[in-house]
Amino acid sequence: MAKLVLKHLLAIRWFHWVNFPILFLMIWSGLLIYWAFPVYHLGPIELFPQWLFALLGLKFHLADGMALHFVFMWIFIANGILYVSYTLVSGEWRYLVPTSFSAFRDAWLVVLHDLHLHKDLPAQEKYNAAQQIAYTGIIVMGFGSLVTGLAIYKPVQLTWLTTLLGGYEFARLIHFALTMGYIGFFVVHIGQVILAGWNNFRSMVIGYELVKDGERS
Amino acid sequence: MNSRHTEIILPEGEIQKELKKKSRRGFLLGGLAAVGAFGAYKAVRLSSPDNDVPWPQRRVLEFNAKLAEGYLNDAHLTRTYSPSEIGYLKANGEYGLDEEDDDGNPPEWEGLQLETSSAPAVTLQLADIQSLPRHEMITKFCCIEGWSVVQKWTGVRFSDFTKKFLPAGASLTDYVYMATDGEDYFVGLDMKSAMHPQTILAWEQNDKPLTYEHGAPVRLVIPVKYGIKNIKRIGLIRYTNQRPNDYWYQRGYDWFAGL
Repeated sequence: MAKLVLKHLLAIRWFHWVNFPILFLMIWSGLLIYWAFPVYHLGPIELFPQWLFALLGLKFHLADGMALHFVFMWIFIANGILYVSYTLVSGEWRYLVPTSFSAFRDAWLVVLHDLHLHKDLPAQEKYNAAQQIAYTGIIVMGFGSLVTGLAIYKPVQLTWLTTLLGGYEFARLIHFALTMGYIGFFVVHIGQVILAGWNNFRSMVIGYELVKDGERS
Repeated sequence: MNSRHTEIILPEGEIQKELKKKSRRGFLLGGLAAVGAFGAYKAVRLSSPDNDVPWPQRRVLEFNAKLAEGYLNDAHLTRTYSPSEIGYLKANGEYGLDEEDDDGNPPEWEGLQLETSSAPAVTLQLADIQSLPRHEMITKFCCIEGWSVVQKWTGVRFSDFTKKFLPAGASLTDYVYMATDGEDYFVGLDMKSAMHPQTILAWEQNDKPLTYEHGAPVRLVIPVKYGIKNIKRIGLIRYTNQRPNDYWYQRGYDWFAGL
């Protein structure tokens, strides 16, 4: 006997797939803005150096970048608020939010397991501890992008916020660092989705996962 | 498990059929939604441009500006800094500044022309402006490119200027337009931002007279806006009820450009 188990609720699937292209567009337009003043380094390495955008023919796209960023931000914000509200109201947050400090130890064991350095996986419900930390962390990061974005978008009208976030330059740096965080998240996420296989990916589209006899749902 | 986490238990053959049905439906709908979203995005991007921005995007930018203007308030002051925090401001943008002659002398400034709908235009000299109460401030100059630098500015509040030179009996207009001599560079401002207590007509920068490249003899310093609105070497100020044109607005930037 096998069974189909509803893994991802319809609303959650919509929030996820709406967020994917919008976040991509926010990152892309953000880079068009960043390239008007690309100053961040990682040690000696220039992040998104001038020659790269010259190569891509993207010099002087600041106006277009702003016109995209400040339009699509509304969808990004609305989708984020709806997602968080929905997980709270539906109770889905219980699976997503780590509830004890042991989550960090468990997450570490998950990482070791995924790197084939540890044999057993800790007990889990719908999501393992590493997933819980990642999926909760990404929401905190989204909120961080919103507030640091506001701080550099309206630094005079929202002086209190800009000051609270360490000033105009620092808020811009955090806003940028969070974007790098999304790219890092994306790389790991895609890797894990590939490793988890088709059944798992399909459940993010159709909602249901096929569970064979004796498997954990 | 939550009750909404339904399970479908069927014999092996049936379950594969059910899974195929769900997959077909899910991927078809998902594909249609993706194509629809991409189509909608392309439709926006290919819409006829309104001042170099696809018009649907321009509408949203105008909506954002309305929100920002509604929130703008004389009590929302930009932070002021100490003299030790003053940095170096590069002369970014020479739009509207004509070439200096062979001896390095800038062309002559022909005074500031003031236009209102209710009285004939008058030409003001720097001394007329300097007769108003002097105002100093150390504020951050934010370029739309993303950089910023602290500068000290000395001048007069534009609100004081307006009170003195707007003809008696004339009501305050919705907008003000400022341009360089010959109108090669020009900015449009909403009156709320123009009358903000930190909006000044400045003739000194870091305690020295303005240099030509920074807008001598008199320029606008308006910290509630990006640098692009801080017009140099003002030759014309016009009070108007029609939203004025703006150099960078025409080139795809937000008209309001408020901070």
